[in-house]
Amino acid sequence: MTSLVELMDYDEVIEKYDPVLGLEVHVELHTNTKMFCGCANVFGGEPNTNTCPTCLGLPGSLPVVNGKAVESAIRIGLALNCEIAEWCRFARKNYFYPDMPKNFQTSQYDEPIAFNGWLDVTLDDGEVIRVEIERAHMEEDTGKSLHVGGATGRIHGAEHSLLDYNRAGVPLIEIVTKMIPGTKERAPEVARAYVTALRDLLKALDVSDVRMDQGSLRCDANVSLSPKTTGALGTRTETKNVNSLRSVERAVRFEMTRQAAVLSSGGEVIQETRHFDESSGSTSSGRKKETAEDYRYFPEPDLVPIAPSREWVEELRGTLPELPWERRARIQKDWNLTDEVLRDLVNAGALDLIEATVVAGAKPDEARSWWVSYLAQQANTRGVELSGLPITPAQVARVIELVNTGALTNKLAREAVNGVLEGEGSPDEVVEKRGLKVVSDDSALEKAVDEALAAQPDVAQKIRDGKIQAAGAIVGAVMKATKGQADAARVREIVVARCS
Amino acid sequence: MTNDLIHTTAAELAAKIHSGEVSSVEVTQAHLDRIAETDGKVRAFLHVDAEGALAQARKVDDAVLAGKAVSPLAGVPLALKDVMTTEGVPTTVGSKILEGWLPPYDATVTRKLKEAGVVILGKTNMDEFAMGSSTENSAYGPTHNPWDLERIPGGSGGGSSAALAALQAPLAIGTDTGGSIRQPGAVTGTVGVKPTYGGVSRYGLVAFSSSLDQAGPCARTVLDAALLHEVIAGYDHMDSTSINAPVPPVVAAAREGLTGDLSGLRVGVVTQFAGEGYQQGVLRSFQAAVSQLKELGAEVADVSCPSFDYALPAYYLIAPSECSSNLARFDAMRYGLRVGDDGTRSTEEVMSLTREAGFGPEVKRRIMIGTYALSSGYYDAYYGSAQKVRTLITQDFAKAFENFDVLISPTTPTTAFKIGERTNDPMAMYQADLCTIPANLAGTPAMSVPSGLSDEDGLPVGLQIMAPALQDHRMYRVAAAYEAARGAFGGPSL
Ligand SMILES: [Zn+2]
Repeated sequence: MTSLVELMDYDEVIEKYDPVLGLEVHVELHTNTKMFCGCANVFGGEPNTNTCPTCLGLPGSLPVVNGKAVESAIRIGLALNCEIAEWCRFARKNYFYPDMPKNFQTSQYDEPIAFNGWLDVTLDDGEVIRVEIERAHMEEDTGKSLHVGGATGRIHGAEHSLLDYNRAGVPLIEIVTKMIPGTKERAPEVARAYVTALRDLLKALDVSDVRMDQGSLRCDANVSLSPKTTGALGTRTETKNVNSLRSVERAVRFEMTRQAAVLSSGGEVIQETRHFDESSGSTSSGRKKETAEDYRYFPEPDLVPIAPSREWVEELRGTLPELPWERRARIQKDWNLTDEVLRDLVNAGALDLIEATVVAGAKPDEARSWWVSYLAQQANTRGVELSGLPITPAQVARVIELVNTGALTNKLAREAVNGVLEGEGSPDEVVEKRGLKVVSDDSALEKAVDEALAAQPDVAQKIRDGKIQAAGAIVGAVMKATKGQADAARVREIVVARCS
Repeated sequence: MTNDLIHTTAAELAAKIHSGEVSSVEVTQAHLDRIAETDGKVRAFLHVDAEGALAQARKVDDAVLAGKAVSPLAGVPLALKDVMTTEGVPTTVGSKILEGWLPPYDATVTRKLKEAGVVILGKTNMDEFAMGSSTENSAYGPTHNPWDLERIPGGSGGGSSAALAALQAPLAIGTDTGGSIRQPGAVTGTVGVKPTYGGVSRYGLVAFSSSLDQAGPCARTVLDAALLHEVIAGYDHMDSTSINAPVPPVVAAAREGLTGDLSGLRVGVVTQFAGEGYQQGVLRSFQAAVSQLKELGAEVADVSCPSFDYALPAYYLIAPSECSSNLARFDAMRYGLRVGDDGTRSTEEVMSLTREAGFGPEVKRRIMIGTYALSSGYYDAYYGSAQKVRTLITQDFAKAFENFDVLISPTTPTTAFKIGERTNDPMAMYQADLCTIPANLAGTPAMSVPSGLSDEDGLPVGLQIMAPALQDHRMYRVAAAYEAARGAFGGPSL
């Protein structure tokens, strides 16, 4: 399939076209209960166990709005610098699909709870781009269809389908940007950076698990190309199924090169939904619709309007935590970091970890040094994110403390960390089990030095003759004999003393 | 004895059961016997739950014997419209598409009835999805009017009202979207009340038109209706449109009305509800009722509500629009009928075949009208305009209630028409709800109380009484006073 798609060289795309982005992010709130019923809102679970008459859409059932979800929606809106509606309604979006129990989705249409906001997004090189937010509105998630049989796992060609309504009715917030023009060759990066910034923001607000791999954060990327010659707006496509930050970037880039090839060969971009394929990094056309979708929106008569009082909105504004950009500014100042260092820490995903390590008692530069060097190497070796390493910031802080008190040398400290990473327990437990205590008993060291001198009489003679640099060999032997648990400087002193 | 019990009012039956004079089981059995004897002709019930009814009756009898306090209607039998879900008991809404469905939950109304010890005899027939004015649209065949078996019992709640007129039950539950409680009440000579929208929970009421549907009490006397009203009404957190306010004191108002004094009460006669299309016997019965109200001390004057002329067309845009969305869930995927699932057809084909086979012609007509009215490009002209009319009607009511305590009109333009007479003329059928629809659009309470028989055909006529929102008790007071002054008007012979 992919090989049939013509792509234009990326540099050529940028030469001829200006990309215009639009991003729609769906975020599942992690409220205790669903949007319109009292069912537990949890990921996974045996199919159809977290259901009730309302989220199954049984005849006679009615929705009741989850107040906590409204609260989260308002907090998200405030954090995105949006206006909060004084009065808004839910609407029904009507279309038939088996995983949607009522065959309409209760959503918001022309009266979103939050609108007209913005989010500042920092790119890898530190440039800041302001992304305008069109709206953030509340809606409910659908169930899931599992198509059994057939090659693609899609509905076409399947032998039968299974329906799981556990996810039906999970609260969703859809956050829609305005058109983002002028990003040029950085469009794919801007898309990724925006979703990253949004994810960090939602995480700080503690409103969602923001797990793209589990679908609690989903991104649809709208891309169109505007020819530089005319400046006319192009036809956009909407790419769905973009399940990671990296995929956001890849999907946008792919669409740019694909659309450019279509346009330059005299073709027309079709306004359609496209699916992103992780393995090939390409997008493919979704189901073609013969007719334009008419969702027949109308105000949801089963729900009353939502009219958040200004007092409540201000109260919620007061509950906003330190937002990611505020935090970064504070940390930069407190730790006295250059823009460049801060950016590297952010890009490496180390900021949270370092801060937590500092909170646990370490000094910022010590904590930073551990996370960006040794632990970063370990993460790299293991092929995981820094945050995926099986060691906590508190454990790192403890290791640093052991070094500072002289209980561990730097080398021993790395071994202690290795033990923690291997699952051997806390740093103290690893030190105990592996016997990593620094040997500070002089008599033991003197004994080891004497043995080493005896084993290498020629070296011993050289030292006695004044060739102090030869002492290195003896120190090395002692360190080896004590399994590195000795303080090398002290060993050297003893060697010199014994030979004088 | 049995004959006495089926003629007795719910209030009196309750008194007898609670004093131990008669058992609930005896009362229940008497009504079950009456159903067995007459329902072959009337066909008011779609499902009789004799076992469940007698079990509930025994529970009440045990409580009475044990000297426990029971609620005011405990032990009294009731006929429940098949639009209310009943756990484990069939709920078809008069449609083939839900044939065989056993709901896993009780509607709030059902639950409240059970908790109050009311004995549910079974589920009554109705126009499919409550769409109709004659019960002829039921997928299970029409119900017959006990006053004349050739005639319709009204609709959509014809089963509930016919059951009352046929002495099969002293109490019934109906639902009223455009008159489905009041119009059947009028043509069967029974009392039917549509409470203030939001007064009775809609949770478990299978929706036709969410912004209009309202459940209410049906009975043969105003006091019985009031007693039932207080059982089923009240705030329900499961229904967002439920009103969080005290239940209007309707029982006290009905008792007050029975004293027969309406001095100083300002009654407005809605001038829009007369003239062409109104049967002379109905208008004469209405004039007699007006005279009687004056004799009771009421000050009666005409009031014009010009927007009411647009109520019917507005209703036939709003109700179908909402129904087109509400009925989308009947797609064969989760419950009810499934047609054509033989392994060769796609999901969409199975959905389509099921809906084609499961819905009757009137339901299909309204789904299509509603789908059209909501579609892009037509929304403003149809649904949007209808909502504006709705606002105007609400304003007309508000203006009228500045000068009047209650408004009155005939409940229906005509008495019961013959079965089959209007089935091929939907517009003629829709006219039956001409007088009742405005109260649904405004969300205000309205009721029908019998005003005797038409002098030209000997069939029952209804007097409609309308009150402002949450003033349900006002109309009960007027209705009870009028009922006492009117006196008995006989009953059907079956
Ligand atoms: Zn649920």
